Amino acid sequence: MPEGKYCNKTPVNTPEEVNFLLSDTSGNQYYKEMKNLEVDSDLLWATIQKTLKSRLRTWLEICAHCGMCADSCFLYLVNDRDPKQVPAYKIQSTLGEIIKRKGKVDNAFMRHAMEVAWAQCTCCNRCGTYCPHGIDTGIMFGYLRGLLYQQGFVPWEMKIGAGMHRAYRAQMDVTNEDFVETFEWMVEENEEEYIGLTVPVDVENADIMYTVNAREVKHYPEDLAEAAILFHAAGENWTVPSEGWEQTSLAMFAGDWAACKMQVESVYAAMEKLKPKRMIGTECGHAHRATVIEGPYWAGRENGLPPVESIHYVEWLAEALREGKLKIDPSKRIRELVTMQDSCNYVRNQGLKNATREIMSHIVEPGYFVEMSPNKEHNFCCGGGGGFNGIGLFRKQRNKGLEKKRDQILATGAKLVLAPCHNCWDAIRDLEEEFKIGIRWSFLKPIIIKMLVLPDHMKPEE
Amino acid sequence: MHEFLTGIFFWFAITVCLVGMLVRFVLYFRGLSWQLDRVAYKAHPKAGMKGAFRSIYKWLIPYGTYGWRTQPFMAAAFFGFHIGAVVVPLFLSAHNIFLENKVGFSLFTLNAGVADFLTWLAVVCAFFLILRRIVLPEVRILTTLYDYFILFIALAPFLTGLTARYHVGDYSFWLNLHIFCGELLLIAIPFTKMSHVFLFFASRAQLGMDFGIKRGGMKGTKMAW
Repeated sequence: MPEGKYCNKTPVNTPEEVNFLLSDTSGNQYYKEMKNLEVDSDLLWATIQKTLKSRLRTWLEICAHCGMCADSCFLYLVNDRDPKQVPAYKIQSTLGEIIKRKGKVDNAFMRHAMEVAWAQCTCCNRCGTYCPHGIDTGIMFGYLRGLLYQQGFVPWEMKIGAGMHRAYRAQMDVTNEDFVETFEWMVEENEEEYIGLTVPVDVENADIMYTVNAREVKHYPEDLAEAAILFHAAGENWTVPSEGWEQTSLAMFAGDWAACKMQVESVYAAMEKLKPKRMIGTECGHAHRATVIEGPYWAGRENGLPPVESIHYVEWLAEALREGKLKIDPSKRIRELVTMQDSCNYVRNQGLKNATREIMSHIVEPGYFVEMSPNKEHNFCCGGGGGFNGIGLFRKQRNKGLEKKRDQILATGAKLVLAPCHNCWDAIRDLEEEFKIGIRWSFLKPIIIKMLVLPDHMKPEE
Repeated sequence: MHEFLTGIFFWFAITVCLVGMLVRFVLYFRGLSWQLDRVAYKAHPKAGMKGAFRSIYKWLIPYGTYGWRTQPFMAAAFFGFHIGAVVVPLFLSAHNIFLENKVGFSLFTLNAGVADFLTWLAVVCAFFLILRRIVLPEVRILTTLYDYFILFIALAPFLTGLTARYHVGDYSFWLNLHIFCGELLLIAIPFTKMSHVFLFFASRAQLGMDFGIKRGGMKGTKMAW
């Protein structure tokens, strides 16, 4: 049985197909079928020949095998410096081997490669900055994930995630109606406390078009209300699109490049339809990476930029605080040791290290903000990036991976961790559950709302 | 033999090396793809160039990057070896006398003491680089016979050159062997991992452009190499 009912090379495209795959609890049958999945070596080799160009070829060729990447990898460090966790080894023994064998690898090899690609690398790109030759293993693992996805060797949740984007243009089964209704409902829930609160849907030529993470709609709807409150308090002329509102891309974690393109094009279509001055996404790292940093390339935009200027939520927050659009009550600033997680996806991958620190300077009493070490572009992955958080099969490896962040947080002495990224937020929540180190964690929105000086027009009448 | 090595074979080796490097350099940059690499090289040449130069420059400075500083011993062995490996062949006075006779021009030359020092430095540092490959598990797992072969062809001209320089044994034999090893190295450059002598610049420039254009450069953030 080369192609399984659940596990096969065909992408999942419709809600029915997504539900069918979801009906296989924990992917038990899916992984059983994977053991018999045939490798299409001709397709594999043909794809490599078409897509492996000078950058990746040269990287694989000139790697000096010097091992300087070893210490840069948190998974190498937490796994007792296991030499099999050295980034160069991980990529040479998977992608390198597939190329050496011209695609003629067997099922067991592909399943092994799947484990390395999703459980031994979070594509955090840290190693890339420690290689004298400038070899970015994270990028190569992204490429390998694409090859594995094409062959059907992809973790169950990743296949579902990519399928969700194909079926719903969202990472979860949230429809456009669900999104608008949930946003409106959340605003109604809060309009007594915050006078004049609205959610402007599909307004053309607004200053800001706001996009979100579907799990906010499904699991954390208060986040939508918080976004509305802050935009309203800042007096922004903002809108949300009723279609093309999802900024994330689990398809990027899955290596489903066709789905990445479909997803990001839905957001760009909204930009082109509503013509906002700027697009601002929620507090999510990979969503920003997918829609703003990588997305233009999937969509074939030669200038590498989205149709309108697109910034991360932390950039907007920093700007709003700097310009006084949002006012903080100094007596309510954080007065306990607090640290902050730099998200790989917008700090190492877009250099946004100053925006978050500027925000800290507004919301934390001087002397209470403690940096992690290392930090900024050199910070370690939260431990759950690149899809790692969501894969049941690799939960054990992921929990081990959290140890680095746990130790970094413990070393700061802070009990409060701000994590302006959904993935990091999840990983930090899970590490508290796993290790019980007594920390609290938060996005920025709820923290800022607590210390906000509301403009008079928003205050409820006494 | 000496005539052959300093005549036809010299011209052959130098031609293969230079033409080979040029061809591979051009092929490298022609093979870059804005869409596959996801870097808009052509759309933002200025940001790209800035990033490329910065990334090359920082990594050429001993301890100039975070990466070098976190591994001080590796950095010392690396620079000790590479400074000797680049400077001695180019600026040794004997090489330049040869060059002057052959093509009528020569470069600045090192005094003998400095040349000796740099040569020994390269040899000693290479020894530590080899030791590192044997002793450290994270390097041992990566190391293949091919890596030792590359180290061997890089070191052979130094070892034979030193033997000739101190007149150990038959001088003309060691001199010829030295020339032969040097020419072998030149021929190996375009075809083996030795290609890093020029592809280092290509690869670093590429990642520099990536950071300069896409990963923060255009946001005004310099990557902290």
